[in-house]
Amino acid sequence: MSHKSIELTRGRIFDIQRFSLHDGQGIRTIVFLKGCPLRCRWCCNPEGQDWEAHRMKMPGKPERLMGKDVTAAEVMETVMRDMPYYARSGGGLTLSGGEALGQPDFARALLLLAHNAGINTCIETTGYAPREVLLAVLPHVDTVLMDIKHMSPEKHEAYTGKRNDLILENAQFIAEQTKELIIRVPVIPTFNDTEGEIRAIAAFARTLPGVRRLHLLPYHRLGQDKYDALGREYSMRGIPPIPDERMRYLLSVAEESGLICQIGG
Amino acid sequence: MEQLPFVIEKSERIPKLVDALYRAMPEIEADRGVLLTESYRETEGLPIIKRRSAAFRHILQNIPIVIRENELIVGSNSQSPRGCQVFPEYSYEWLESEFDTVATREADPFYISEETKTRLREVYPYWKGKTNSDLAKSLMDEDAYRAFTVHNMFTPGNYFYNGIGHVNVDYAKVLRIGYEGIKQEAADAMKRLDVAEADYNSRRLFLEAVMESCDAAMIYAARYAELARKEAIGCESSTRREELLRIAENCDRVPAKGARTFYEACQSFWFVQSLLQVESSGHSISPGRFDQYMYPYYQKDLDEGKITREAAQELIDCIYVKLNDLNKVRDAASAEGFAGYGLFQNLIVGGQTESGADATNDLSYMCIEASMHVGLPQPSLSIRVYNGSPQPLLLKAAALTRTGMGIPAYYNDEIIIPSLLSRGLTLEEARNYCIIGCVEPQIGGKTDGWHDAAFFNMCRPMELVFSNGVDKGRQIGLRTGDVTEMKDFAEFFEAYKAQEAYMIKLMVNACNAIDQAHATRCPLPFESCMVDDCIGRGKSLQEGGAIYNFTGPQGFGIANMTDALIAIKELVFEKGVVSMTELRDALAANFGYGLSGKGAENMTQLLVEKLAESGVTINEEVVRTVYREVTEAGRLSDSEKARYKAIRELIDTCPKYGNDIPEADALAREVAYSYTREVEKYKNPRGGIFQAGLYPVSANVPLGCQTGATPDGRLACTPIADGVGPCSGKDVCGPTATANSVAKLDHAIASNGTLFNQKFHPSALAGMEGLSKFISLIRAFFDQKGMHMQFNVVTRETLLEAQSNPEKYKTLVVRVAGYSALFTTLSRSLQDDIINRTEQGF
Repeated sequence: MSHKSIELTRGRIFDIQRFSLHDGQGIRTIVFLKGCPLRCRWCCNPEGQDWEAHRMKMPGKPERLMGKDVTAAEVMETVMRDMPYYARSGGGLTLSGGEALGQPDFARALLLLAHNAGINTCIETTGYAPREVLLAVLPHVDTVLMDIKHMSPEKHEAYTGKRNDLILENAQFIAEQTKELIIRVPVIPTFNDTEGEIRAIAAFARTLPGVRRLHLLPYHRLGQDKYDALGREYSMRGIPPIPDERMRYLLSVAEESGLICQIGG
Repeated sequence: MEQLPFVIEKSERIPKLVDALYRAMPEIEADRGVLLTESYRETEGLPIIKRRSAAFRHILQNIPIVIRENELIVGSNSQSPRGCQVFPEYSYEWLESEFDTVATREADPFYISEETKTRLREVYPYWKGKTNSDLAKSLMDEDAYRAFTVHNMFTPGNYFYNGIGHVNVDYAKVLRIGYEGIKQEAADAMKRLDVAEADYNSRRLFLEAVMESCDAAMIYAARYAELARKEAIGCESSTRREELLRIAENCDRVPAKGARTFYEACQSFWFVQSLLQVESSGHSISPGRFDQYMYPYYQKDLDEGKITREAAQELIDCIYVKLNDLNKVRDAASAEGFAGYGLFQNLIVGGQTESGADATNDLSYMCIEASMHVGLPQPSLSIRVYNGSPQPLLLKAAALTRTGMGIPAYYNDEIIIPSLLSRGLTLEEARNYCIIGCVEPQIGGKTDGWHDAAFFNMCRPMELVFSNGVDKGRQIGLRTGDVTEMKDFAEFFEAYKAQEAYMIKLMVNACNAIDQAHATRCPLPFESCMVDDCIGRGKSLQEGGAIYNFTGPQGFGIANMTDALIAIKELVFEKGVVSMTELRDALAANFGYGLSGKGAENMTQLLVEKLAESGVTINEEVVRTVYREVTEAGRLSDSEKARYKAIRELIDTCPKYGNDIPEADALAREVAYSYTREVEKYKNPRGGIFQAGLYPVSANVPLGCQTGATPDGRLACTPIADGVGPCSGKDVCGPTATANSVAKLDHAIASNGTLFNQKFHPSALAGMEGLSKFISLIRAFFDQKGMHMQFNVVTRETLLEAQSNPEKYKTLVVRVAGYSALFTTLSRSLQDDIINRTEQGF
């Protein structure tokens, strides 16, 4: 593939967020790729789930079109603007979504262009992707932030729409193939906020080669308004966030695995 | 857990000193004004320089002195805490006319007793026609005077009404040789004079005045020694008695002689700092590189086991408290422009030595720690950042930023040093720069920077383009042609530049008239003896005695003018969706909105005056009708209103400065050049040049109030953009995008300083990781040649809460402009402006 054709690789995004401090090392720019194979009930970016572009009107803000077709070069023009900040902070580009691996050619093009420019790369992923996608993309990723949401295939399916077999297999593969894999656990009330589940996930993470870190991401309701704006049902409505103390307890449970654990990304 | 360097326990003394300072509203005192007048009456006919030193001596011999409870560093310019003296030699009418309102006004109120009023009323008649501002006015070109007094095109009001200040004297010299030593320097210089030299007489007089001023300072310190001993006798606490006796010993020694210990150096420093503010009413008397010149004394004491780090910290803390004890009353309008009782005493730490090595030392850290201990707006703490700045120092600084006090301000050596080199400083001098007042760089001890010379409102020339040079019915600007007949954007932009250039000329004239007045009526021999090469040249700072002389007026409104020009280019000339006639009418009609607040009052007054001139009888009914029209845009039809509002919405869709848009940023650079390159063409009477600054202090709020609607969609009488930042709320791409836009201006040419505010939510700085990312942001902005950056780290909710419950937030310190102030002491409109600055999240 020529450099030009890489630059012209097209993809669909729904946002670019600069000066992101909590999604990987340093000051980062997150590119949100449209479309996701999962339908997690708690998802805080529901506007990123569907592949089709659609409008969303948040209260007090102008209506926006969610989903824009762009070339990798166009995205990189924005990403490159913050080069001095990446250089100073060890930051870089993070692909998120939706599902970063849902548009493999586009994701690969962005990551490759970033690496060519000396920019550190990171992806946030559900891990739900075919093996050949991983093979194509992973060589251009410095850090993978991957969710392990639940160890039970059935419960996983009930809450996300997909079983976890492929995800757990991929976790092993990614761990073997990538420089750094950090496991992230969205801690969701009624789903996985039990001592037993957190312990199980952490124990699994511990078996992955080279994995040293685990992040517990407490459930929050910041996405709720988006469901309203999209005219969609929010099935988590009325469920309160997990108290800090409980989170600290779950952290200590996770730490039993011997991994370096933290609350938040 | 966070591990920050130099976390030192706060002495119990410090909160006591702070509480005592803020117990009451600050008070105006008459003593200096009365003593000054007594002396002037006795020295009629003598050369002015001698009259100045005689008055200084008379004041210091007789002004009441006080040692406040628990103080370790003594010397108070007023009896009441945070009180202030008056300086009728500069101007007085404004205060006399505000006697009955100064205690109740919104910005910076002061209590004034009936007795003080009476004493001042007795001396004021003497000053009629004799003040500095009287002379400045008579020297000034009539059009220039009118342009600022009637038409608000710019304002040189600060130095028109007050002393200059804005200096960093050679503190190190006083610490080293004391005023006896300086007196000897003057005596030696006198010996070298040849009686037949052309300027022998003026030089001799100046040197005599220096010697008398040095005597005055020494007499003053001796009075403190005596007072301390007297108080020690009656003191019941043995600890305090010891302290008072130690104070007496210090004052016996300094500032007459060189300091031997850190404590003596601190006391000596303080006499210099406070006495400069007795001699003149100028603000921004800046301590500068305190961590550098104080360090030898600290190091020696530490090596010899004479002092602990904790004891040294307590002394620095005490100095910080004292810096808040000084105060100044300004006229009501200026008080809004410098709101928050600011004295802008800028103290800077870190950076490089003259030879380019890292300058950071223990005191650099302890000066930051002191701000955390004391928690007050003064000093305006600054930190110099260069590529090699140690990370721990920046982490310490960032931790102070996180407290939300708005300090320190961060300065970029990598751009300021070349900028100063371009103004003729040597490499060593440029590396040794400090900051004066808000953001103005200079080499201390050698410069009369006349920073802050005037505010130039860059929006006003655009109004003149629309009116073909007419303001308030008078042709005050150039005739640049009928705006509706302009053919292309270039023609419009040229017209703007022409109007601006002409107003800059008038501003230069105004500044130079004021400059000349200061040299004639208010030369300052005491201040001059601590700035090179006044003694060598035998003339005061005000007459050009300094090695480097500048005049630094600052322009503001870059963001508004950039956004305005983009809108005009796109909507009028490129797309043709709005005609120039429509735009002109929309501006005149304030986009179909009525005025409110002060803007409405001013406009009503103006219209009523016009009606009266045209023979209409004015009664309450007429005023009420006019006011209603003004507030409701009553004379507009509904369709007109709708169209004007639609135009404003169209403007809103145009690209805005502050979003990292190359075309917008390139234009902003041109807009800034239209001011900076024009200003530096001119010379001042002290043999120096003009150099531009780009920042409004807090004048963007009151001067915005005097500015009509602008084509960037800004409504009439609302604030103009702050500093070199984007228009409030128009930067929507996050702090890196904003910073990138700002960095694209040519900061180096604005060698009088630029000012970039950012507001952060406190959570962005959480933990060591947050601090470290925050520092990366600053460093990356500086990598792109930004010059200055400062931060408000406080939530919008906190500020709103403080607005509604001011009594609970008495000590909430926030960044205003180039300085911090107590939030609750600011006027409502300035509070709103701070709240509305875009909060950068993540």
